[in-house]
Amino acid sequence: MSTPSYGELSINGLWKNNPAIVQLLGLCPLLAVTGSVVNALGLGIATCFVLMTSNTAVSMIRNVTADAVRLPTFVMIIAAAVTCIELLMQAFSYELYEILGIFLPLITTNCVILGRADGFARKHAVIPSLYDGFIMGAGFTVVLLLLGAMRELAGTGALFANMDLLFGPGAANWKLVLFADYQPFLLAILPPGAFIFTGFLIALKNLIDAELERRAQARAEPVAAGSKRVRVTGTIR
Amino acid sequence: MSLLVVTSPHAHGPLSTAQVMRTVLMATLPGVMALTWYFGPGVLVNIVFGGLVALLCEALALRLRGQPIQPFLRDYSALVTSTLLCIALPPYAPWWLVFIGVASAILVAKHLYGGLGYNPFNPAMVGYVVLLISFPLQMTQWAPPRLLTDATPGLLEAFQRLWGAGSFDAVTMATPLDLLRQNSGRELADLYATTPQFGLFGGVGWEVVNLAFLAGGLWLLYRKVFTWHAPVAMLLALACCAALFYDEGSSASGGSPFFHLLSGATMFGAFFIITDPVSSAVSNRGRLIFGALIGILIYTIRVRGNYPDAVAFAVLIANFAAPFIDNYTQPRVYGHAKEGDS
Repeated sequence: MSTPSYGELSINGLWKNNPAIVQLLGLCPLLAVTGSVVNALGLGIATCFVLMTSNTAVSMIRNVTADAVRLPTFVMIIAAAVTCIELLMQAFSYELYEILGIFLPLITTNCVILGRADGFARKHAVIPSLYDGFIMGAGFTVVLLLLGAMRELAGTGALFANMDLLFGPGAANWKLVLFADYQPFLLAILPPGAFIFTGFLIALKNLIDAELERRAQARAEPVAAGSKRVRVTGTIR
Repeated sequence: MSLLVVTSPHAHGPLSTAQVMRTVLMATLPGVMALTWYFGPGVLVNIVFGGLVALLCEALALRLRGQPIQPFLRDYSALVTSTLLCIALPPYAPWWLVFIGVASAILVAKHLYGGLGYNPFNPAMVGYVVLLISFPLQMTQWAPPRLLTDATPGLLEAFQRLWGAGSFDAVTMATPLDLLRQNSGRELADLYATTPQFGLFGGVGWEVVNLAFLAGGLWLLYRKVFTWHAPVAMLLALACCAALFYDEGSSASGGSPFFHLLSGATMFGAFFIITDPVSSAVSNRGRLIFGALIGILIYTIRVRGNYPDAVAFAVLIANFAAPFIDNYTQPRVYGHAKEGDS
C-alpha cells in the first residue's frame, strides 16, 4: 500500500478527515470536558500524545502481530500510553488531572485512537504513522480548543481562565474578560451546550466546504462565448 | 331562485395554518387578561417585545434558508410561538431574557430542524427550558399577585423594567408551587391555612389564570382546532397522580388534585402547549398516551424535581417519545388485518 504524502496526511487530519467534526469520533471527551479552554487544551494534548505513541508502537509491531489478536494488542498498547500520560499529568498538573477526572483514563476507549491504529498505523511505516498520529491529534485538539473557547466565552463572558493549571503560576493572569458584568449563560457550559456548539462547528465546516467547491467549479469552467461544443458525459472539472 | 342542485360530496374549506394560528392567538386572550389583571402589564410587554423579536428572527432565518419570507411571516406561526413563550416567562423579565428565549425558540428549535411543521420539539418550550437552565435566578422571580400587594406596576413601569431599570428583587414573591416544594416539616393543611399565597384551590390569582386558560382551551376545542384526547389524558393523569399521593396531614406529600390542576402552567400547558400538532403524537390513541405521559411527568417533576414548574420539561421529554408512541399506535388501515392476525 502506497504511503500518502505528508501534505495529504496534514490536510486529512486537520480538515478533510478531521477526527472530531468529520469522522465524529471521540465525541465523549469532546462533549464532556470542553467547558473551558484549559480543559480542552489539557485533554487535547493528552490525546495527541497517546495517538502519537500508540501509532508508533503499533506501526513497529505491525509485521509480527497476527490479525486475529490485533485489536486486543492495540488496546493494550493504547492503555499503556494512557497510563503514562495520566501519571505525567498527575505529577505536573495535578489540579487539571483532578478536573479531567475519568475522562483521562477514558482516552483508552476513544475511537480516534483505535481507529488510527487499525486504519493507518497497521499498514504504514513508523515515521508516517507517527506523523499521522500527530496531525490527527492536532486536528482533534484544534476542534477541542475552538469548542472550549466558544463555550467558555458564551458561558462566562471570559476566555483563558485558570490557565495556570497547565502553564504554571505565570499564566494565572492570562484570563481575558471580554464582557464585564456578564450574566453567565449556563446552557453553554452544560452538556447540551457541547452538542449545540459542535453542531454549529460542523455546519460552519460544511458551509466553508460548499463555498470552496463553488469557487473551484467557477474557476475550472471557463465556457468560451459562442462555443458550440457540448459535453455530454463526465463531470467537468 | 337558483335551480342549481348541489349534492354531496361538498367541497370542504379546511382550516389554513394562518386561520388556526389566529384562532389560537385569540384563545390565549382570556388567560393573558387574567395574568395582566393579577400580575400587572408585564406579560403584555413581554408579548409585544417577544413578537417583534420573533418576526425579526423568522425573517432572518427564512432569508438565510432562501425561502419566501412573506407567506411564512403572514401565517402567524412565529407569533404564536413567541406569545406562548412570553406567557410562560415571568412578567417584568429583562429584555435580553425575552430576546434569548425567543431567538432560541425560532432559530434553533424551529428553523434549524427544518422550519414550520418539521420541529420535533415544541419551540416555545425549548426556548423556555434554555432560559430556565441558563438563568434560573431570573426565571424564578414572579411578581406577587394583585390581592397580596398594593404595588402592581403600571404600563410605563413595565416598559422601564424591560430595559433593566428599577429593582427587580423587591417585587417578587414565591409562587405557591415553590412554597409547596420548599415546604419541610409543615402539614399541608396548616401550610394552606397560614400562607397568604394559597387561595381556594390553587394559589391566589393562579386559579383564575388557569380557569381563564381552560376557557380559552375549551373554545379551541369547540372550534375543532385540536381533539380532546391529549388535554383530557394529561389532566386526568395529573389529577390521578395527585389524588394518589395526597395527604393533607402530611408534610412530605404533594398538593391536592385541585391544587395541581389549577397551579402553575397546568391548563396553559394542557390546551396550548401539548396540543401542538407537529410535536405531539399523531393518532388519537397515541395522543391519549402522550397526554397521560405528560401528566405523570408533570406531577413527578413538580414534587420530586428542583425546578419551579414542570410543564416544559415534561412536554420536551414526551416530544422525544412521540415518534415511538406513533410507531406503536398506528391505526389499522381499513381492509387490512391487524398485525399478527393473518
